[in-house]
Amino acid sequence: MNAVAVQEADFDVGAEIAALSASDAEAGAVASFVGLVRGGEVAAMTLEHYPGMTEQALVEIVAQARERWEVRRVRVIHRVGKLLPGERIVFVGVSSAHRHDAFAACEFIMDYLKTRAPFWKKEQTAAGGRWVDARESDDAAAQRWQGGQ
Amino acid sequence: MLKVLYFANLREAIGFGAESIELPAGVATVGELHAALGTRHAALLTAKNLRAAVNQKMCGLDAPIADGDEVAFFPPVTGG
Repeated sequence: MNAVAVQEADFDVGAEIAALSASDAEAGAVASFVGLVRGGEVAAMTLEHYPGMTEQALVEIVAQARERWEVRRVRVIHRVGKLLPGERIVFVGVSSAHRHDAFAACEFIMDYLKTRAPFWKKEQTAAGGRWVDARESDDAAAQRWQGGQ
Repeated sequence: MLKVLYFANLREAIGFGAESIELPAGVATVGELHAALGTRHAALLTAKNLRAAVNQKMCGLDAPIADGDEVAFFPPVTGG
């Protein structure tokens, strides 16, 4: 199984989490994150990516996480295409011997994904479509990892 | 030839997401290509915080480009 996937299809959170530690007696922790489409005034969301570059960017982010923490397995799935409120957008799962590495690597991968992987969101509302602006808070979240752990 | 790609709101403003062009005379960097293409695609010049990639690697405006490269222009990313 590839560590990263960009796909239109939904994923099975339980199966993904189980696979992170299956047949691995050294795994003592699994941390995971699931990102969802928020509802409210957003009726639907369309996610665009840069085929090839996006997958490579995710592979590089996972490699950086492996350099920083003692992690065993990593899985990143990001959906593209049209998604409705409540639907899953992204899954990040990490297994490790001890919980700190899994927690930290999982958060690091999400923070870097949000600022470095080429995905773009367009929201559909009653007023029409609008491209989501990048958030400074996401840049700040990614930059805090550059000062150490 | 150069393959030039546009994404998200830039793709919509320009009207298409990819084109193949001859490397313009005197163009050796991403910034020079941006200025040259801007005469045909005004959205390139008005876009805020434009990002670029050469051969699928993020890069700055001073990054060199050569015949055969794939160059992409896009807004800041908003995934996750």
